[in-house]
Amino acid sequence: MDNELTKKLSGFIVNSILKQPTRTLLLTEPLISSGLIDSFSLVDLAVFVEEELGVHIDDSELNSSTFDNLEQLVDLIKARYSE
Amino acid sequence: MKNFTNLLFSLLNENSEKNCIYVVQSKLPDFPITYKSLIKKSSWYANKYKKLGIKPGEVIILILQHGIDLIYAYFGAILNGSIPSILPFLTEKLLPDRYRNDLTALIAITKPTAIVTYGDFYEEVQSALSKDDSVREIILVEEQKGDSLPEISKMGGFFRDENEIALLQHSSGSTGLQKGIALSHKAVINQMESYEAILKLEPNKDVIVSWLPLYHDMGLIACFLMPILRNVPLVLLSPFDWVRAPYKLMESVTKYKGTLTWLPNFAYNFCAMKIRDRFLEDIDLSSWRAVINCSEPTRWESHNMFYERFKEFGLREEVLNTCYAMAENVFAVTQSPLNTKPTIDEIIRSVFQTEQKAIPSVEGETIRMLSAGKPIAGVKVKIINDKGDELTDRLIGQVAIKSNCMLSEYYNRPDETQNAFLGGWYLTGDYGYLVEDELFITGRKKDLIIVGGKNVYPQDIELLAMEISGIYPGRVVAFGLFNDTTGTEDVILIAETEEKDSQIKYEIANKIRQAVTTGSAIALRHVLLVEKKWLIKTSSGKIARSANREKYITTFQNG
Repeated sequence: MDNELTKKLSGFIVNSILKQPTRTLLLTEPLISSGLIDSFSLVDLAVFVEEELGVHIDDSELNSSTFDNLEQLVDLIKARYSE
Repeated sequence: MKNFTNLLFSLLNENSEKNCIYVVQSKLPDFPITYKSLIKKSSWYANKYKKLGIKPGEVIILILQHGIDLIYAYFGAILNGSIPSILPFLTEKLLPDRYRNDLTALIAITKPTAIVTYGDFYEEVQSALSKDDSVREIILVEEQKGDSLPEISKMGGFFRDENEIALLQHSSGSTGLQKGIALSHKAVINQMESYEAILKLEPNKDVIVSWLPLYHDMGLIACFLMPILRNVPLVLLSPFDWVRAPYKLMESVTKYKGTLTWLPNFAYNFCAMKIRDRFLEDIDLSSWRAVINCSEPTRWESHNMFYERFKEFGLREEVLNTCYAMAENVFAVTQSPLNTKPTIDEIIRSVFQTEQKAIPSVEGETIRMLSAGKPIAGVKVKIINDKGDELTDRLIGQVAIKSNCMLSEYYNRPDETQNAFLGGWYLTGDYGYLVEDELFITGRKKDLIIVGGKNVYPQDIELLAMEISGIYPGRVVAFGLFNDTTGTEDVILIAETEEKDSQIKYEIANKIRQAVTTGSAIALRHVLLVEKKWLIKTSSGKIARSANREKYITTFQNG
């Protein structure tokens, strides 16, 4: 499941947010603190996670201390699944 | 005599229990503040400043997040007669080193005597200081305790002359921080009087709702000082919360029956595209009597998009208005009339581009220009050519203004102040034309990029990119390109490199993105690495930004 989740998320980020479909995202590459995902796109990521993956991320959680890379985001989603 | 503290004195006497601000907080209940509690809490700061020997007329820098502490620390400075200036807070993206350098540079020019910040940020601020600089005190908001109602008429602020400086405003980035815009009490009060007249502001009917940052003129003047000092309730959201949850603006308008809001152009697109239906279930926007588009180039397409998205929630089309404003004029220069859609002037594209004239036509290739309205009372606008001669209607030239609400100076920068004026007229650097006193803006300050309402100087971005190894220093250009979808500009950066390997080039581009983001909090939309001599230089050897922008458009956008 990890792999599939990671693939979905990285696909969304590189295609819809970064608009660089050929880019590869490393699992540990900083997303928010590096500015790769700018603040105007965070809401898109939250909506994608909620609508496609069924997990709610509150807007107060949209910052690098909640998750800052793919690995942490996948962990967060998995943790919510098991709640 | 009239100054901010005199106004607060009357407000306290007549409206002591009235809520003047509702601070909307993330995960916490909204926090209402009455005039009485505003003055009580702010006076703790005023007394603290005074006790520490910070005198009226001295500058106090506030480095705080948007919220309650910032409000009290700001009004504390006003009550003490000191000059407050709000700096953007360090974001998680910005590199602390860069922030520190900017702060050190700002201190050298502005010479503040105190800085107010958080305990957690103390070390950061301390590290930007040096032994010989002007800063004598760092005040931590955690120290605040207790409150008592002061005798306002004995406080330093009460005796400030109306021509003395009330506040400083800085725009962002290393370049912007070098030019603090100093505004007198009189200038700000004149602006508020003229602007509230055209808005027909009513203390007992109006409610201003805003998420705008307070270090920017639109947020600070229209959506902070004007409502508070003119007795109109203010609902204040944080820009950081809004950008993550834009529906909260609609929620607050509904809850408080908000009547007036100011937004930069991109926010119309952003709200229209990003707010999901499920957040709009109980939304009622029918109380809005003006939503004013200001601070970046205004587009009728953005108004349409916003209207189409929100009309079913009670939004009326005629409330979407425009304004042309700048911090040097305190805020508004022009305002489109309320309760009516701003004029759209349809002009011939080719004549506009080649002859600098706005000739109306509805046939052939046209451009639809959105009016910025007419000058507000006390402000005169004229259009001039390169020689400074006044141009007639429909001829495009530089916008020059003269007003009773002009800046006093760029603080401690007599050179910059002198360069900004020509024969008593302030040269805005923006371009436009007039039609019977109605202003249309066609272009803006040379090379300036405006992203999401924030001014970005391309030279700041270029300097950051030049630090990356693999590219030629001095052979980098950054510029803005309007994006119809987002309603604001994308920032494009082109750099020359000798590198041929595509993987290494990819890594260089990534490093540039990272350096720019952590150095300026700006995300680059496109980083293009080109071979040597791709970039066009001027005869004097400088990189020509507009020529390279044109080359980029023809090479990459028009096939």
